[in-house]
Amino acid sequence: MYRYDNYDQKIVDERVAQFRDQTERYLAGKIAEEEFLPLRLQNGLYVQRLAPMLRIAVPYGMLSSNQVRKLAHIARVYDKGYVHFTTRQNVQLNWPALEEVPDILAELASVEMHAIQTSGNCIRNTTTDQFAGVAVDEIEDPRPWCEIIRQWSTLHPEFAFLPRKFKIAVCGSEEDRAAFLLHDIGLQLVKNEQGELGFEVFVGGGLGRTPIIGSSIRKFLPKQHLLSYLDAILRVYNRYGNRDNKYKARIKILVKAWTPEVFAKRVEEEWANIKDGPSTLTDAELARVTGFFSAPDYQDVDSTIADQSLAAQAAENNAFSRWLERNTELQKQSGYRSVTLSLKPAGVAPGDVTDTQLETIADLSDQYAFGELRATHNQNVVLTDVLYSDLFELWQTAKQSGLATPTIGTINDMICCPGGDYCSLANAKSIPVAEDIQRKFSDLDYVYDLGDLELNISGCMNACGHHHIGHIGILGVDKKGKEWYQIQLGGSANKSASLGKVLGPSLSREEITDGIEKLLDVYVENRIADESFLNTYQRIGIDKFKERVYASNS
Amino acid sequence: MPQILKDTQVVSDNWILLDENDDSIPAGDILLSYQQWQNFADHLSDHSGRIGIWLEGHAEIEQIIEPLLNLPLIAINFPKFADGRGFSAARLIKERYNYAGELRAIGGFIRDQLYLLNRCGFNAFQFSDENELSDAAESLKDFSENYQVSVDQENPLFRRR
Repeated sequence: MYRYDNYDQKIVDERVAQFRDQTERYLAGKIAEEEFLPLRLQNGLYVQRLAPMLRIAVPYGMLSSNQVRKLAHIARVYDKGYVHFTTRQNVQLNWPALEEVPDILAELASVEMHAIQTSGNCIRNTTTDQFAGVAVDEIEDPRPWCEIIRQWSTLHPEFAFLPRKFKIAVCGSEEDRAAFLLHDIGLQLVKNEQGELGFEVFVGGGLGRTPIIGSSIRKFLPKQHLLSYLDAILRVYNRYGNRDNKYKARIKILVKAWTPEVFAKRVEEEWANIKDGPSTLTDAELARVTGFFSAPDYQDVDSTIADQSLAAQAAENNAFSRWLERNTELQKQSGYRSVTLSLKPAGVAPGDVTDTQLETIADLSDQYAFGELRATHNQNVVLTDVLYSDLFELWQTAKQSGLATPTIGTINDMICCPGGDYCSLANAKSIPVAEDIQRKFSDLDYVYDLGDLELNISGCMNACGHHHIGHIGILGVDKKGKEWYQIQLGGSANKSASLGKVLGPSLSREEITDGIEKLLDVYVENRIADESFLNTYQRIGIDKFKERVYASNS
Repeated sequence: MPQILKDTQVVSDNWILLDENDDSIPAGDILLSYQQWQNFADHLSDHSGRIGIWLEGHAEIEQIIEPLLNLPLIAINFPKFADGRGFSAARLIKERYNYAGELRAIGGFIRDQLYLLNRCGFNAFQFSDENELSDAAESLKDFSENYQVSVDQENPLFRRR
């Protein structure tokens, strides 16, 4: 993975010093509350219901074992012994003290980490596929591009006070695992007819109150022009995005108002002025950054033997076999698999992990996965490059630490925001709903029979839990001080992205799990062969689901 | 005399910012809005002091900037510090139109934006509250290295590594 040189380290160290000074001046009453607000937000610090919340950047989800040990240390010393993995591949601390945040940032800087631009109206953490570099269907490794974007966006002088937050995702594979069409800018790595690498550029996607799928504004952007083209998009947005109403301030609203064609034209006009300038990427820089993501030292594995031994282990142990089926993925490198460590055991808030679990994850990574790991937007952790012959041992340790819940990609692997238990924006709690569902559907045979099913829960319409793109989405709403839950069906974040449709009137907390069960019954009764929930829904439509859920109420 | 921060120093400032309702032109160096500059066009040719113009951050720079490029002072107003349009306006004026005079930030910007404002081409800062200007100047030194191209940095870091 990318390692800092003296320049990177200096910038992060100076950011710590800057924020320390700002915090001291704030505590001394020399910075007004409303002026400190964006300063702390641009360093990931929110003030929440119960305590401040600090969001730590995990650029495109990549972490080293060393960094994970530091997170464990910070969780123990400065917080209550756990951290939370977010849907943007970042990590959150829920209970830091404001006075100690500069010290936490200094600890992070010592392992090449920071909290720069994890919040606020600026360019946020760039996200990508958790299987980057190992995915079977990869066109090109997106991580060097994410790092190049990270550096370009870090403390960009012109774009620190945008109309609203701004999110970029890069997709380097056939299958989309980065939900890139639901970002302010989505970049798809493509090759043209001459075999040259570039990007198809999508803008104006996003969730939140007005969910929209991004529009393509350029079919092929030659790779060396990436940064000047991004500058052009951001400049057009910074100048013309709506600043009067925060709910109409995302770039998607501007793109929609102007139409994608007009927006594209404005970007091209701006770009014509800055194209071919010094921001044009050099071969030397591409080689430098790409070098950090070179393949680890793979062993030469006889894949036939590896397959056979693994199959034999699986045949002997049903629990291992289930885990292998759900929690591991093939890689393009034969003899190796990627392992998803589940952060979704029943009874724990999805994405929460303790300091000792973090240390176990770091140890597993050192022992089996070249000392690296990835945070996923599904709020789990992935270890890549694990030898087939190490999988059984890894599973045993992970299982002891509660990291081997064999439900990846099922209804119990739900995405869930912190909700009303922590977040001051939330209209309703989301974690207890996730727990109720996990308890209700605890029979693994039933869960496996349901197969791939994405259930996403948001505690308010800001949609941090991505409810619009769940096959089943749950949105918490407030009605006269009481928590209600609206169900949406048919959302999907893959390349044929679709947004969920509202099923009907919202259900109470008591009704919601039964409602979900009825939806699942309709699916099981109507599916053809091994058709997934999403495909069945797409074939039979929403009405049968609706009739069943609301039948008893009529 | 009022003070501003200019080229990292606290200096006295004798530019007179015209009130929007002023219908006559005082003697001395005057800073007018773009609208006033157009309204007073006939009277400005025999004005003895210097003339500067202030623009809003959302001004259509491309449409209006040409006749302003020989002025000794252009200022950009920040209606509030969270309004970042002035950052783009400044870079356009300096980088695309090669404006060589003083580029001044006025209005609601704050001390903690100075470093970035400076990178976008502002070399003078007129705070609405003049207290502690020399302390504020410290914020111009927040960083000693940057990744991107900016008005004060011709090459991005990747060309200098």
